[in-house]
Amino acid sequence: MLEIKCPHCGSRSQNEFSYGGDSSVKRPELGKEVPDKDWDDFIYFRNNPRGKHSELWHHVAGCRQWFKVLRDTSTHEIFKTAKLTEEL
Amino acid sequence: MQRYSIFSLIKNAFGGHKDWEVAWKDSEPKKEYDVVIIGAGGHGLATAYYLAKEHKITNIAVLEKGWLGGGNVGRNTTILRSNYMFDPNGLFYEHGMKMWENLSQELNYNVMYSPRGIINLAHSDAQLNVFYRRGNSMRLNGIDAVMLGRDELKKMIPFADFSESARFPIFGGLMQPRGGTARHDAVAWGYARQINSMGVDIIQHCEVTGFDVQNGKIQGVQTSKGNIKTKKVGLCVAGNTSLLAEKLNMKLPIESHVLQACVSEPVKPFLDHVVTFGAGHFYCSQSDKGEMVMGGDLDGYNSYAQRGNLPTLQHVLTEGVAMFPNLSRLKILRTWGGIMDMSMDGSPIIDKTHIDGVYLNCGWCYGGFKATPVSGWTFAHTIAKDEVHELSSKYRLNRFNTGHLIDEKGLGTKTWIG
Ligand SMILES: Cc1cc2nc3c(=O)[nH]c(=O)nc-3n(C[C@H](O)[C@H](O)[C@H](O)COP(=O)(O)OP(=O)(O)OC[C@H]3O[C@@H](n4cnc5c(N)ncnc54)[C@H](O)[C@@H]3O)c2cc1C
Ligand SMILES: [Zn+2]
Repeated sequence: MLEIKCPHCGSRSQNEFSYGGDSSVKRPELGKEVPDKDWDDFIYFRNNPRGKHSELWHHVAGCRQWFKVLRDTSTHEIFKTAKLTEEL
Repeated sequence: MQRYSIFSLIKNAFGGHKDWEVAWKDSEPKKEYDVVIIGAGGHGLATAYYLAKEHKITNIAVLEKGWLGGGNVGRNTTILRSNYMFDPNGLFYEHGMKMWENLSQELNYNVMYSPRGIINLAHSDAQLNVFYRRGNSMRLNGIDAVMLGRDELKKMIPFADFSESARFPIFGGLMQPRGGTARHDAVAWGYARQINSMGVDIIQHCEVTGFDVQNGKIQGVQTSKGNIKTKKVGLCVAGNTSLLAEKLNMKLPIESHVLQACVSEPVKPFLDHVVTFGAGHFYCSQSDKGEMVMGGDLDGYNSYAQRGNLPTLQHVLTEGVAMFPNLSRLKILRTWGGIMDMSMDGSPIIDKTHIDGVYLNCGWCYGGFKATPVSGWTFAHTIAKDEVHELSSKYRLNRFNTGHLIDEKGLGTKTWIG
Protein backbone atom coordinates (compact mmCIF):
# COMPACT_ATOMS: atom_id res chain seq x y z
CA MET A 1 0.00 0.00 0.00
CA LEU A 2 1.43 3.38 -0.97
CA GLU A 3 1.10 6.17 1.53
CA ILE A 4 0.88 9.46 -0.28
CA LYS A 5 1.21 12.85 1.33
CA CYS A 6 -1.32 15.20 -0.19
CA PRO A 7 0.19 18.71 0.10
CA HIS A 8 -3.23 19.93 1.26
CA CYS A 9 -4.46 17.11 3.53
CA GLY A 10 -1.39 15.19 4.69
CA SER A 11 -0.63 11.45 4.49
CA ARG A 12 -3.40 9.20 3.25
CA SER A 13 -3.57 5.69 1.84
CA GLN A 14 -3.29 5.05 -1.87
CA ASN A 15 -6.98 4.15 -2.04
CA GLU A 16 -7.94 7.83 -1.87
CA PHE A 17 -5.93 8.84 -4.94
CA SER A 18 -5.98 8.38 -8.65
CA TYR A 19 -3.05 8.71 -10.99
CA GLY A 20 -2.38 11.32 -13.65
CA GLY A 21 0.92 10.29 -15.25
CA ASP A 22 4.08 12.16 -16.22
CA SER A 23 3.89 15.71 -14.85
CA SER A 24 6.46 17.10 -17.26
CA VAL A 25 4.23 17.06 -20.36
CA LYS A 26 3.19 20.56 -21.35
CA ARG A 27 0.10 21.37 -23.35
CA PRO A 28 0.94 23.51 -26.39
CA GLU A 29 -0.04 27.12 -25.94
CA LEU A 30 -3.60 28.05 -26.79
CA GLY A 31 -4.36 30.40 -29.68
CA LYS A 32 -0.96 29.86 -31.26
CA GLU A 33 0.00 28.10 -34.49
CA VAL A 34 1.35 24.79 -33.16
CA PRO A 35 3.16 22.23 -35.35
CA ASP A 36 1.57 18.75 -35.41
CA LYS A 37 4.72 17.30 -33.91
CA ASP A 38 4.24 19.34 -30.72
CA TRP A 39 0.73 17.98 -30.35
CA ASP A 40 1.98 14.41 -30.92
CA ASP A 41 4.63 14.90 -28.27
CA PHE A 42 2.10 16.28 -25.82
CA ILE A 43 -0.43 13.52 -26.35
CA TYR A 44 1.61 10.38 -26.93
CA PHE A 45 5.18 10.75 -25.72
CA ARG A 46 5.99 10.56 -22.03
CA ASN A 47 8.98 10.10 -19.80
CA ASN A 48 9.17 6.48 -18.77
CA PRO A 49 12.24 6.21 -16.55
CA ARG A 50 13.26 3.41 -14.25
CA GLY A 51 13.95 5.40 -11.08
CA LYS A 52 12.83 8.90 -10.16
CA HIS A 53 9.64 9.96 -11.93
CA SER A 54 7.76 13.20 -11.45
CA GLU A 55 4.07 12.57 -11.82
CA LEU A 56 0.58 13.89 -11.16
CA TRP A 57 -1.83 12.45 -8.62
CA HIS A 58 -5.37 13.44 -7.82
CA HIS A 59 -6.73 13.33 -4.29
CA VAL A 60 -9.99 12.16 -5.72
CA ALA A 61 -11.56 10.87 -2.52
CA GLY A 62 -10.27 13.80 -0.47
CA CYS A 63 -9.77 17.46 -1.32
CA ARG A 64 -9.98 16.69 -5.08
CA GLN A 65 -6.83 18.68 -5.83
CA TRP A 66 -4.20 17.60 -8.36
CA PHE A 67 -0.60 17.71 -7.15
CA LYS A 68 2.91 16.52 -8.02
CA VAL A 69 4.74 13.49 -6.66
CA LEU A 70 8.38 12.49 -7.04
CA ARG A 71 8.42 8.70 -6.85
CA ASP A 72 10.81 5.87 -7.69
CA THR A 73 9.29 3.57 -10.30
CA SER A 74 11.32 0.55 -9.24
CA THR A 75 11.11 0.77 -5.45
CA HIS A 76 7.87 2.80 -5.30
CA GLU A 77 9.49 5.05 -2.70
CA ILE A 78 7.97 8.53 -2.58
CA PHE A 79 10.55 11.28 -2.06
CA LYS A 80 8.51 14.44 -2.21
CA THR A 81 5.09 15.84 -3.02
CA ALA A 82 4.20 19.40 -3.97
CA LYS A 83 1.32 21.62 -4.99
CA LEU A 84 0.81 22.11 -8.71
CA THR A 85 2.18 25.62 -8.52
CA GLU A 86 5.31 24.53 -6.64
CA GLU A 87 8.55 23.02 -7.93
CA LEU A 88 9.21 19.43 -6.96
CA MET B 1 17.79 -33.16 -31.29
CA GLN B 2 16.00 -36.02 -29.62
CA ARG B 3 12.35 -35.97 -30.76
CA TYR B 4 9.65 -36.27 -28.14
CA SER B 5 7.12 -39.00 -28.89
CA ILE B 6 5.25 -41.83 -27.24
CA PHE B 7 8.16 -44.12 -28.15
CA SER B 8 10.83 -41.90 -26.63
CA LEU B 9 8.64 -41.62 -23.54
CA ILE B 10 8.35 -45.40 -23.19
CA LYS B 11 12.03 -45.91 -23.87
CA ASN B 12 13.03 -43.36 -21.27
CA ALA B 13 10.56 -44.74 -18.76
CA PHE B 14 12.57 -47.97 -18.83
CA GLY B 15 15.73 -45.98 -18.23
CA GLY B 16 14.20 -44.28 -15.20
CA HIS B 17 14.10 -40.97 -17.14
CA LYS B 18 17.82 -40.50 -16.61
CA ASP B 19 18.85 -40.28 -20.27
CA TRP B 20 16.79 -37.36 -21.57
CA GLU B 21 18.87 -34.87 -23.51
CA VAL B 22 18.89 -31.37 -22.09
CA ALA B 23 16.23 -29.34 -23.92
CA TRP B 24 18.53 -26.43 -24.71
CA LYS B 25 21.99 -25.31 -23.64
CA ASP B 26 23.18 -22.06 -22.15
CA SER B 27 25.92 -20.49 -24.32
CA GLU B 28 28.64 -17.90 -23.89
CA PRO B 29 28.66 -15.07 -26.44
CA LYS B 30 30.75 -15.26 -29.61
CA LYS B 31 32.41 -12.10 -30.98
CA GLU B 32 29.92 -11.58 -33.77
CA TYR B 33 26.45 -12.65 -34.94
CA ASP B 34 24.33 -11.97 -38.00
CA VAL B 35 21.40 -11.05 -35.77
CA VAL B 36 21.21 -10.27 -32.05
CA ILE B 37 17.82 -10.58 -30.40
CA ILE B 38 17.50 -8.82 -27.05
CA GLY B 39 15.16 -10.57 -24.62
CA ALA B 40 14.53 -14.31 -24.21
CA GLY B 41 10.82 -13.90 -23.63
CA GLY B 42 8.22 -15.41 -25.91
CA HIS B 43 8.63 -12.83 -28.64
CA GLY B 44 12.43 -12.91 -28.73
CA LEU B 45 12.55 -16.71 -28.85
CA ALA B 46 9.81 -16.93 -31.47
CA THR B 47 11.55 -14.31 -33.60
CA ALA B 48 14.77 -16.31 -33.52
CA TYR B 49 12.83 -19.44 -34.43
CA TYR B 50 11.18 -17.97 -37.53
CA LEU B 51 14.45 -16.28 -38.56
CA ALA B 52 16.10 -19.69 -38.50
CA LYS B 53 13.25 -21.68 -39.95
CA GLU B 54 11.78 -19.37 -42.57
CA HIS B 55 14.74 -17.18 -43.43
CA LYS B 56 17.60 -19.65 -42.85
CA ILE B 57 19.49 -17.23 -40.62
CA THR B 58 20.94 -19.25 -37.77
CA ASN B 59 23.98 -17.26 -36.66
CA ILE B 60 21.84 -15.59 -33.98
CA ALA B 61 22.26 -14.79 -30.31
CA VAL B 62 19.30 -14.32 -28.00
CA LEU B 63 20.52 -12.22 -25.07
CA GLU B 64 18.64 -12.33 -21.78
CA LYS B 65 19.47 -10.21 -18.74
CA GLY B 66 17.79 -12.63 -16.36
CA TRP B 67 16.81 -16.19 -17.09
CA LEU B 68 14.93 -17.61 -20.06
CA GLY B 69 11.21 -17.22 -19.55
CA GLY B 70 11.61 -15.15 -16.37
CA GLY B 71 9.84 -12.13 -17.84
CA ASN B 72 6.24 -11.74 -18.84
CA VAL B 73 6.19 -14.93 -20.86
CA GLY B 74 6.36 -16.81 -17.57
CA ARG B 75 4.09 -14.43 -15.68
CA ASN B 76 0.99 -14.12 -17.83
CA THR B 77 -2.38 -15.77 -17.44
CA THR B 78 -2.03 -17.59 -20.78
CA ILE B 79 -5.19 -16.42 -22.51
CA LEU B 80 -5.32 -16.81 -26.30
CA ARG B 81 -7.93 -15.07 -28.41
CA SER B 82 -8.51 -13.02 -31.54
CA ASN B 83 -11.83 -11.44 -30.55
CA TYR B 84 -10.99 -8.00 -31.89
CA MET B 85 -13.21 -5.56 -33.71
CA PHE B 86 -10.72 -3.61 -35.81
CA ASP B 87 -9.36 -5.24 -38.95
CA PRO B 88 -5.63 -4.78 -38.25
CA ASN B 89 -6.00 -6.49 -34.87
CA GLY B 90 -8.52 -9.10 -35.96
CA LEU B 91 -6.46 -10.25 -38.94
CA PHE B 92 -3.17 -10.22 -37.07
CA TYR B 93 -4.35 -12.11 -34.00
CA GLU B 94 -6.43 -14.52 -36.04
CA HIS B 95 -3.34 -15.46 -38.01
CA GLY B 96 -1.79 -16.04 -34.60
CA MET B 97 -4.69 -18.28 -33.50
CA LYS B 98 -4.13 -20.46 -36.54
CA MET B 99 -0.47 -20.78 -35.57
CA TRP B 100 -1.45 -21.83 -32.02
CA GLU B 101 -3.59 -24.62 -33.40
CA ASN B 102 -0.58 -26.65 -34.45
CA LEU B 103 2.20 -25.10 -32.44
CA SER B 104 2.70 -28.27 -30.38
CA GLN B 105 3.31 -30.26 -33.58
CA GLU B 106 5.44 -27.51 -35.06
CA LEU B 107 7.70 -27.36 -32.01
CA ASN B 108 7.43 -31.05 -31.08
CA TYR B 109 6.68 -29.75 -27.60
CA ASN B 110 3.32 -29.90 -25.89
CA VAL B 111 2.26 -26.30 -25.37
CA MET B 112 -1.06 -27.58 -24.03
CA TYR B 113 -3.15 -25.39 -26.30
CA SER B 114 -6.64 -25.65 -24.87
CA PRO B 115 -9.40 -24.08 -27.03
CA ARG B 116 -11.84 -24.00 -24.16
CA GLY B 117 -13.53 -20.82 -25.35
CA ILE B 118 -13.39 -17.32 -23.96
CA ILE B 119 -16.62 -15.72 -22.77
CA ASN B 120 -17.01 -11.96 -22.25
CA LEU B 121 -20.00 -11.34 -19.99
CA ALA B 122 -22.36 -8.43 -20.63
CA HIS B 123 -24.25 -6.81 -17.77
CA SER B 124 -26.57 -4.44 -19.61
CA ASP B 125 -28.44 -4.19 -22.89
CA ALA B 126 -26.07 -1.49 -24.07
CA GLN B 127 -23.08 -3.71 -23.40
CA LEU B 128 -24.74 -6.58 -25.19
CA ASN B 129 -25.25 -4.34 -28.22
CA VAL B 130 -21.57 -3.46 -28.25
CA PHE B 131 -20.73 -7.15 -28.09
CA TYR B 132 -23.05 -7.89 -31.02
CA ARG B 133 -21.22 -5.30 -33.02
CA ARG B 134 -17.83 -6.73 -32.11
CA GLY B 135 -19.02 -10.28 -32.78
CA ASN B 136 -20.29 -9.27 -36.21
CA SER B 137 -17.00 -7.55 -37.03
CA MET B 138 -15.17 -10.69 -35.99
CA ARG B 139 -17.32 -12.85 -38.23
CA LEU B 140 -16.72 -10.53 -41.18
CA ASN B 141 -13.03 -11.25 -40.69
CA GLY B 142 -13.63 -15.00 -40.53
CA ILE B 143 -13.16 -15.22 -36.78
CA ASP B 144 -15.47 -17.47 -34.77
CA ALA B 145 -17.92 -15.57 -32.57
CA VAL B 146 -21.20 -16.60 -30.95
CA MET B 147 -23.61 -14.66 -28.79
CA LEU B 148 -24.84 -16.43 -25.68
CA GLY B 149 -28.06 -15.74 -23.83
CA ARG B 150 -28.55 -15.80 -20.09
CA ASP B 151 -30.09 -19.29 -20.16
CA GLU B 152 -27.25 -20.80 -22.16
CA LEU B 153 -24.74 -19.18 -19.83
CA LYS B 154 -26.52 -20.62 -16.80
CA LYS B 155 -25.72 -24.06 -18.13
CA MET B 156 -22.15 -23.24 -19.12
CA ILE B 157 -21.00 -21.33 -16.04
CA PRO B 158 -23.48 -22.40 -13.36
CA PHE B 159 -21.42 -20.92 -10.51
CA ALA B 160 -21.69 -17.36 -11.80
CA ASP B 161 -24.12 -15.13 -9.93
CA PHE B 162 -27.47 -15.57 -11.69
CA SER B 163 -29.44 -14.62 -8.59
CA GLU B 164 -32.02 -11.84 -8.42
CA SER B 165 -29.77 -9.90 -6.05
CA ALA B 166 -26.71 -9.88 -8.30
CA ARG B 167 -25.17 -6.40 -8.29
CA PHE B 168 -24.33 -6.75 -11.98
CA PRO B 169 -26.88 -9.13 -13.50
CA ILE B 170 -25.68 -11.22 -16.42
CA PHE B 171 -27.55 -10.28 -19.60
CA GLY B 172 -25.59 -12.48 -21.99
CA GLY B 173 -22.15 -12.84 -23.45
CA LEU B 174 -19.88 -12.95 -26.46
CA MET B 175 -17.87 -16.12 -26.91
CA GLN B 176 -14.95 -17.01 -29.12
CA PRO B 177 -15.06 -20.82 -28.97
CA ARG B 178 -11.52 -21.27 -30.34
CA GLY B 179 -10.08 -18.93 -27.74
CA GLY B 180 -8.52 -20.53 -24.69
CA THR B 181 -5.21 -21.03 -22.99
CA ALA B 182 -1.77 -22.56 -23.49
CA ARG B 183 1.05 -23.38 -21.14
CA HIS B 184 3.34 -20.36 -21.08
CA ASP B 185 6.59 -21.98 -19.90
CA ALA B 186 6.17 -24.68 -22.51
CA VAL B 187 5.98 -22.02 -25.22
CA ALA B 188 9.27 -20.47 -24.08
CA TRP B 189 10.95 -23.84 -23.69
CA GLY B 190 9.54 -25.24 -26.92
CA TYR B 191 10.91 -22.36 -28.97
CA ALA B 192 14.20 -22.39 -27.04
CA ARG B 193 14.73 -26.09 -27.70
CA GLN B 194 14.09 -25.69 -31.42
CA ILE B 195 16.30 -22.65 -31.96
CA ASN B 196 19.10 -24.15 -29.93
CA SER B 197 19.01 -27.27 -32.09
CA MET B 198 19.27 -25.05 -35.19
CA GLY B 199 22.43 -23.40 -33.85
CA VAL B 200 21.05 -20.27 -32.15
CA ASP B 201 22.94 -19.26 -28.99
CA ILE B 202 20.81 -18.55 -25.93
CA ILE B 203 22.82 -16.41 -23.54
CA GLN B 204 21.35 -15.84 -20.09
CA HIS B 205 22.44 -13.27 -17.49
CA CYS B 206 23.66 -11.07 -20.32
CA GLU B 207 22.19 -7.58 -20.08
CA VAL B 208 22.40 -5.23 -23.03
CA THR B 209 23.66 -1.92 -21.66
CA GLY B 210 24.32 0.09 -24.81
CA PHE B 211 24.60 0.17 -28.57
CA ASP B 212 27.40 0.86 -30.98
CA VAL B 213 25.94 3.01 -33.75
CA GLN B 214 28.05 4.56 -36.49
CA ASN B 215 26.73 6.79 -39.27
CA GLY B 216 23.19 5.78 -38.49
CA LYS B 217 24.00 2.06 -38.70
CA ILE B 218 24.14 -0.46 -35.90
CA GLN B 219 27.55 -2.08 -35.44
CA GLY B 220 27.07 -3.98 -32.24
CA VAL B 221 25.75 -4.11 -28.70
CA GLN B 222 27.45 -3.59 -25.35
CA THR B 223 26.53 -6.17 -22.75
CA SER B 224 27.40 -7.26 -19.24
CA LYS B 225 29.35 -10.07 -20.95
CA GLY B 226 31.31 -7.79 -23.28
CA ASN B 227 30.79 -6.25 -26.69
CA ILE B 228 29.14 -8.23 -29.46
CA LYS B 229 29.29 -7.22 -33.11
CA THR B 230 26.24 -7.47 -35.31
CA LYS B 231 24.56 -5.74 -38.24
CA LYS B 232 21.03 -6.39 -37.03
CA VAL B 233 19.41 -6.07 -33.62
CA GLY B 234 15.83 -6.92 -32.67
CA LEU B 235 14.43 -5.45 -29.45
CA CYS B 236 12.00 -7.82 -27.69
CA VAL B 237 12.24 -6.52 -24.15
CA ALA B 238 8.57 -5.81 -23.35
CA GLY B 239 8.34 -3.55 -20.26
CA ASN B 240 11.99 -2.50 -20.53
CA THR B 241 11.73 -1.14 -24.07
CA SER B 242 11.83 2.55 -23.14
CA LEU B 243 15.11 2.07 -21.28
CA LEU B 244 16.89 0.58 -24.28
CA ALA B 245 15.20 2.98 -26.70
CA GLU B 246 16.58 5.88 -24.69
CA LYS B 247 20.08 4.57 -25.37
CA LEU B 248 19.21 4.86 -29.06
CA ASN B 249 17.89 8.41 -28.60
CA MET B 250 14.33 7.29 -29.17
CA LYS B 251 11.37 8.35 -27.09
CA LEU B 252 8.49 5.91 -27.46
CA PRO B 253 4.72 6.23 -26.97
CA ILE B 254 5.00 3.68 -24.17
CA GLU B 255 4.67 3.60 -20.41
CA SER B 256 5.71 0.74 -18.16
CA HIS B 257 3.11 -0.49 -15.71
CA VAL B 258 2.88 -3.45 -13.38
CA LEU B 259 0.11 -5.99 -13.90
CA GLN B 260 -0.60 -8.55 -11.23
CA ALA B 261 -2.20 -11.96 -11.34
CA CYS B 262 -2.81 -14.66 -8.78
CA VAL B 263 -3.84 -18.27 -8.38
CA SER B 264 -6.00 -19.88 -5.74
CA GLU B 265 -5.48 -23.20 -4.05
CA PRO B 266 -6.42 -26.05 -6.40
CA VAL B 267 -10.01 -27.27 -6.44
CA LYS B 268 -12.04 -29.78 -8.43
CA PRO B 269 -13.20 -28.81 -11.93
CA PHE B 270 -15.31 -25.71 -11.49
CA LEU B 271 -14.90 -23.61 -14.62
CA ASP B 272 -14.56 -24.99 -18.16
CA HIS B 273 -13.93 -21.71 -19.99
CA VAL B 274 -12.08 -18.44 -19.72
CA VAL B 275 -14.56 -15.88 -18.43
CA THR B 276 -14.25 -12.11 -18.24
CA PHE B 277 -16.39 -9.87 -16.06
CA GLY B 278 -18.01 -7.06 -18.03
CA ALA B 279 -18.73 -4.61 -15.24
CA GLY B 280 -15.10 -4.13 -14.26
CA HIS B 281 -11.76 -5.68 -14.93
CA PHE B 282 -11.60 -9.28 -13.80
CA TYR B 283 -11.08 -12.55 -15.63
CA CYS B 284 -10.40 -16.12 -14.66
CA SER B 285 -9.86 -19.63 -15.88
CA GLN B 286 -9.00 -22.88 -14.14
CA SER B 287 -5.59 -24.44 -14.66
CA ASP B 288 -5.13 -28.15 -15.25
CA LYS B 289 -3.91 -28.40 -11.66
CA GLY B 290 -7.22 -26.99 -10.50
CA GLU B 291 -6.05 -23.53 -9.45
CA MET B 292 -8.23 -20.57 -10.36
CA VAL B 293 -6.02 -18.25 -12.42
CA MET B 294 -7.20 -14.68 -11.92
CA GLY B 295 -6.26 -11.20 -13.00
CA GLY B 296 -7.60 -7.78 -13.81
CA ASP B 297 -6.43 -4.19 -13.52
CA LEU B 298 -3.00 -2.68 -13.72
CA ASP B 299 -1.79 -1.26 -10.43
CA GLY B 300 -2.27 2.11 -12.04
CA TYR B 301 1.03 4.01 -11.83
CA ASN B 302 4.30 3.72 -13.75
CA SER B 303 6.31 0.84 -12.40
CA TYR B 304 9.37 -1.26 -13.15
CA ALA B 305 8.91 -3.39 -10.04
CA GLN B 306 7.87 -6.92 -10.88
CA ARG B 307 5.58 -6.94 -7.89
CA GLY B 308 2.39 -5.12 -7.12
CA ASN B 309 0.36 -3.71 -4.31
CA LEU B 310 -2.50 -5.14 -2.27
CA PRO B 311 -5.25 -2.58 -2.99
CA THR B 312 -5.39 -3.55 -6.67
CA LEU B 313 -5.53 -7.25 -5.90
CA GLN B 314 -8.27 -6.67 -3.37
CA HIS B 315 -10.21 -4.60 -5.88
CA VAL B 316 -9.82 -7.20 -8.63
CA LEU B 317 -10.82 -10.09 -6.38
CA THR B 318 -13.84 -8.18 -5.12
CA GLU B 319 -15.04 -8.13 -8.72
CA GLY B 320 -14.26 -11.83 -8.94
CA VAL B 321 -16.48 -12.54 -5.98
CA ALA B 322 -19.24 -10.43 -7.51
CA MET B 323 -19.06 -12.67 -10.57
CA PHE B 324 -18.50 -16.04 -8.87
CA PRO B 325 -19.65 -15.65 -5.23
CA ASN B 326 -18.17 -18.97 -4.13
CA LEU B 327 -14.64 -17.75 -5.00
CA SER B 328 -14.82 -16.02 -1.63
CA ARG B 329 -14.19 -19.40 0.03
CA LEU B 330 -10.87 -19.96 -1.75
CA LYS B 331 -7.43 -19.17 -0.41
CA ILE B 332 -4.94 -17.35 -2.62
CA LEU B 333 -1.84 -19.42 -3.18
CA ARG B 334 0.44 -17.03 -5.05
CA THR B 335 0.44 -13.52 -6.48
CA TRP B 336 3.00 -11.94 -8.80
CA GLY B 337 3.47 -9.09 -11.21
CA GLY B 338 5.04 -8.35 -14.57
CA ILE B 339 5.98 -5.12 -16.35
CA MET B 340 3.75 -4.21 -19.25
CA ASP B 341 4.83 -2.14 -22.22
CA MET B 342 1.62 -0.09 -22.41
CA SER B 343 1.31 1.70 -25.73
CA MET B 344 -0.75 4.85 -26.12
CA ASP B 345 -3.44 3.20 -28.25
CA GLY B 346 -3.30 -0.25 -26.69
CA SER B 347 -1.90 -1.82 -29.86
CA PRO B 348 1.60 -3.16 -30.49
CA ILE B 349 4.49 -1.70 -32.46
CA ILE B 350 6.48 -3.85 -34.91
CA ASP B 351 8.73 -1.71 -37.05
CA LYS B 352 12.10 -0.61 -38.30
CA THR B 353 13.67 2.38 -36.57
CA HIS B 354 15.63 5.49 -37.58
CA ILE B 355 18.79 3.43 -37.09
CA ASP B 356 19.72 1.04 -39.88
CA GLY B 357 19.57 -2.51 -38.59
CA VAL B 358 17.64 -1.79 -35.37
CA TYR B 359 14.16 -3.27 -35.22
CA LEU B 360 11.46 -2.68 -32.66
CA ASN B 361 8.90 -5.10 -31.21
CA CYS B 362 6.95 -3.70 -28.26
CA GLY B 363 3.73 -2.18 -27.00
CA TRP B 364 2.09 -5.51 -26.24
CA CYS B 365 0.29 -4.21 -23.18
CA TYR B 366 -1.28 -7.06 -21.23
CA GLY B 367 -2.08 -9.13 -24.32
CA GLY B 368 1.19 -10.16 -25.89
CA PHE B 369 1.31 -13.82 -24.93
CA LYS B 370 -1.31 -14.77 -27.48
CA ALA B 371 0.70 -12.90 -30.12
CA THR B 372 3.90 -14.83 -29.47
CA PRO B 373 3.93 -16.97 -32.66
CA VAL B 374 2.58 -14.32 -35.05
CA SER B 375 4.71 -11.57 -33.56
CA GLY B 376 7.82 -13.70 -33.97
CA TRP B 377 6.79 -14.63 -37.48
CA THR B 378 6.18 -11.07 -38.71
CA PHE B 379 9.13 -9.63 -36.80
CA ALA B 380 11.48 -12.23 -38.25
CA HIS B 381 10.31 -11.14 -41.70
CA THR B 382 10.92 -7.49 -40.80
CA ILE B 383 14.45 -8.23 -39.62
CA ALA B 384 15.42 -10.63 -42.43
CA LYS B 385 14.01 -8.57 -45.30
CA ASP B 386 14.41 -5.12 -43.76
CA GLU B 387 10.77 -4.46 -44.57
CA VAL B 388 7.59 -4.51 -42.55
CA HIS B 389 5.38 -7.57 -43.06
CA GLU B 390 1.98 -6.85 -44.58
CA LEU B 391 0.18 -8.45 -41.65
CA SER B 392 1.82 -6.07 -39.17
CA SER B 393 1.91 -3.06 -41.49
CA LYS B 394 -0.64 -1.15 -39.40
CA TYR B 395 1.53 -1.53 -36.30
CA ARG B 396 4.11 1.02 -37.36
CA LEU B 397 5.50 3.64 -35.05
CA ASN B 398 4.57 6.59 -37.24
CA ARG B 399 0.87 6.04 -36.58
CA PHE B 400 1.32 8.26 -33.54
CA ASN B 401 2.20 11.05 -35.96
CA THR B 402 -0.20 10.29 -38.79
CA GLY B 403 -3.17 9.70 -36.51
CA HIS B 404 -3.85 6.13 -37.68
CA LEU B 405 -4.23 4.82 -34.17
CA ILE B 406 -5.75 1.43 -33.41
CA ASP B 407 -7.50 2.13 -30.15
CA GLU B 408 -9.61 -1.01 -29.88
CA LYS B 409 -11.18 -0.02 -26.59
CA GLY B 410 -11.45 3.69 -27.29
CA LEU B 411 -9.65 4.42 -24.04
CA GLY B 412 -7.35 7.18 -25.17
CA THR B 413 -3.88 7.69 -23.82
CA LYS B 414 -4.41 7.08 -20.12
CA THR B 415 -2.70 3.73 -20.42
CA TRP B 416 -3.07 2.87 -16.75
CA ILE B 417 -6.85 2.93 -16.93
CA GLY B 418 -6.89 0.20 -19.58
C1 LIG C 1 0.07 -10.84 -14.90
C2 LIG C 1 0.09 -10.86 -16.40
C3 LIG C 1 -0.96 -11.46 -17.10
C4 LIG C 1 -0.96 -11.49 -18.49
N1 LIG C 1 -1.95 -12.16 -19.13
C5 LIG C 1 -1.92 -12.32 -20.46
C6 LIG C 1 -2.88 -13.14 -21.10
O1 LIG C 1 -3.74 -13.76 -20.46
N2 LIG C 1 -2.83 -13.25 -22.46
C7 LIG C 1 -1.89 -12.60 -23.20
O2 LIG C 1 -1.91 -12.72 -24.42
N3 LIG C 1 -0.94 -11.82 -22.61
C8 LIG C 1 -0.92 -11.68 -21.26
N4 LIG C 1 0.05 -10.92 -20.63
C9 LIG C 1 1.01 -10.16 -21.46
C10 LIG C 1 2.17 -11.00 -21.99
O3 LIG C 1 2.71 -11.77 -20.96
C11 LIG C 1 3.24 -10.08 -22.59
O4 LIG C 1 2.65 -9.14 -23.47
C12 LIG C 1 4.30 -10.85 -23.37
O5 LIG C 1 4.76 -11.96 -22.63
C13 LIG C 1 5.44 -9.92 -23.71
O6 LIG C 1 6.37 -10.48 -24.61
P1 LIG C 1 7.60 -11.40 -24.12
O7 LIG C 1 7.10 -12.75 -23.80
O8 LIG C 1 8.61 -11.35 -25.20
O9 LIG C 1 8.10 -10.60 -22.83
P2 LIG C 1 9.09 -11.03 -21.67
O10 LIG C 1 8.92 -12.46 -21.30
O11 LIG C 1 8.95 -10.02 -20.60
O12 LIG C 1 10.49 -10.90 -22.39
C14 LIG C 1 11.32 -9.77 -22.38
C15 LIG C 1 12.66 -10.20 -21.86
O13 LIG C 1 13.63 -9.18 -22.09
C16 LIG C 1 14.56 -9.23 -21.06
N5 LIG C 1 15.29 -7.96 -21.04
C17 LIG C 1 14.81 -6.73 -20.70
N6 LIG C 1 15.79 -5.81 -20.80
C18 LIG C 1 16.89 -6.45 -21.23
C19 LIG C 1 18.23 -6.03 -21.51
N7 LIG C 1 18.62 -4.75 -21.38
N8 LIG C 1 19.13 -6.97 -21.91
C20 LIG C 1 18.76 -8.27 -22.05
N9 LIG C 1 17.51 -8.71 -21.78
C21 LIG C 1 16.60 -7.82 -21.37
C22 LIG C 1 13.70 -9.46 -19.83
O14 LIG C 1 14.45 -9.96 -18.74
C23 LIG C 1 12.67 -10.45 -20.35
O15 LIG C 1 13.01 -11.79 -20.11
C24 LIG C 1 0.09 -10.87 -19.22
C25 LIG C 1 1.15 -10.28 -18.52
C26 LIG C 1 1.17 -10.29 -17.13
C27 LIG C 1 2.34 -9.68 -16.40
ZN1 LIG D 1 -5.97 16.34 -0.40
